[in-house]
Amino acid sequence: MRMKLASVAFALALAPAAAFSQAAKPTDPQIAHIAYTAGEIDIAAGKQALKVSKNAQVRSFAEEMVRDHTAVNDQALALVKKLHVTPQDNPTSQALKKKADAQLASQAKLSGAAFDRAYAANEVAYHKTVNSALQKTLIPDAKNAELKSLLQTGLKLFTEHQHHAEELAAKIK
Amino acid sequence: MSGGTWSPRPPRRLVRFGLAAALALAPAAQAAPRTHKIVIVQMAFGPMPAGLRVGDTIVWVNQDIFQHTATARDHSFDAVLPPKATARVRLSKAGTIAFYCRFHPGMTGKLEVAK
Repeated sequence: MRMKLASVAFALALAPAAAFSQAAKPTDPQIAHIAYTAGEIDIAAGKQALKVSKNAQVRSFAEEMVRDHTAVNDQALALVKKLHVTPQDNPTSQALKKKADAQLASQAKLSGAAFDRAYAANEVAYHKTVNSALQKTLIPDAKNAELKSLLQTGLKLFTEHQHHAEELAAKIK
Repeated sequence: MSGGTWSPRPPRRLVRFGLAAALALAPAAQAAPRTHKIVIVQMAFGPMPAGLRVGDTIVWVNQDIFQHTATARDHSFDAVLPPKATARVRLSKAGTIAFYCRFHPGMTGKLEVAK
């Protein structure tokens, strides 16, 4: 009974972030891979926005996403190198990537204000998903203190990005 | 008067101390412009310096790996702070100046500037 409750609690904790649901707790090499992948996804989305959008506010936001996530990912790469950890691909990373690819493909069909709205809305949703995963699984499950600390920085950054994305989405409605 | 500890004249050494303190403070009363530091670390502006006056300079120190700005809501300043960089802002007006980071709008602070 206790086992069952624990697994229900775990499933509930993961519920808002469907892409993150995974049977077993992720290991540090997997967590590093998930965090890095999450950053890369937002960098790719930002680059697409910089290619398509002509809206100054959207472009400035996209530049910020590319700049900030590149900075965190560079830090993450330096950390895994220092710790002699090889980030390990896993079902969560794959699910995230698959979902993001589909999103990029659907946004690629849009242009002008329709693209801007879709990009901003997805940035809000995406940062919410990642924040929830960081808070509920990635940070609590990370064993290495430096990895945990970098994830905490990531959470602060993603939270700020979520606020900024919400502001942007409201402005370009 | 209650308690009987009150004395009509302060003890002599207190007078002397008061005089010394007044002398020590005299140059500051002339308000030569000063420089104050505000450190940005972990996506937040550090403690606000006290005793700001018009003509003083704020040195913004960005210790983060992210680019930030220190942007006044009243547009009186807008300092761009690349990672690990510093920027100087001279305070040109008195009052409460609210500021934020344009990139990370949750990062905010307030300067209390006297004339």
